[in-house]
Amino acid sequence: MGIEEISIIGAALAVSFGAIGPALGEGRAVASAMEAIARQPESAGTLARTLFVGLAMIETMAIYCLVIALLLLYANPFVS
Amino acid sequence: MTQGGSIMATEVAFTIGPVAVSWTVITTWWLIAILAVVFRLSTLHMKKYPGPWQALVEYLVTSLNGQIESVIQSKGWPYLPLIGTLFIFLVSANILAVIPGPEPPTMHVETAGALALIVFLSTHYFGIREQGLKKYLEGYLEPSPVMLPLNILSEITRTFSLMIRLTGNIMSHELVIGIVLMLAGLFVPVPIMALAILIALVQAYIFTVLATVFIGAAIGKIETG
Repeated sequence: MGIEEISIIGAALAVSFGAIGPALGEGRAVASAMEAIARQPESAGTLARTLFVGLAMIETMAIYCLVIALLLLYANPFVS
Repeated sequence: MTQGGSIMATEVAFTIGPVAVSWTVITTWWLIAILAVVFRLSTLHMKKYPGPWQALVEYLVTSLNGQIESVIQSKGWPYLPLIGTLFIFLVSANILAVIPGPEPPTMHVETAGALALIVFLSTHYFGIREQGLKKYLEGYLEPSPVMLPLNILSEITRTFSLMIRLTGNIMSHELVIGIVLMLAGLFVPVPIMALAILIALVQAYIFTVLATVFIGAAIGKIETG
């Protein structure tokens, strides 16, 4: 198996496993925010803003994995 | 999509001496020119009782100021030029994803890196201007001097993640649109391109809010986000 095939498998592994953690985290965050909005609808604005920033923070982890996968596929330093 | 070749690479338009100027930079230049002309014209003849356009621009400025003030819990005007310009530039740069022809400059890592560097430097500038050099540097020893390396590390990593977050989101969406376009023809990519508008706005908003949070932390008004 050459370096190209290993890179493709590595990219698939990076995206698939890298998506699990952020997905669970975002699910928990959104669930808690929904609960909080249901309890206190008047604070929905503040909650939504904080939620967006928090989700962006969590999502960055998945984006890191995606960038690694894209690097492996399109800008691999070990493939000439 | 890219003008040929890899999605990660930037295509060089021309070179001035040793400096290569890519298409990304040219797109950024005319975007800056359009924004500068539009907003200069809209502030040229300001009246006390504004017309529709002036009212719209005033609404934009005051709502941006309100957002900044609600995040940093103090006067927003000193930070409005930086934050407001960042937001307006990012919205218009990201929205280029749905306009046929140009590709959004923020999908390449250089543009996002430059913006993140501006945020990084201005954070320290505002922090020192607001608190004084000594008090600002003492902030790095909070909560205990043992945390100094971690505080410095977090300054660098949060700037880096600001850069990667913007680039990664915009670039990955361009890639998704390209892949869908390749798989299925005419109307299938349209809802995904509509999603691109949402992603453009949300990413611009998040970049701006995070910049505001970093500045707010540096001037000592809020806890580090």
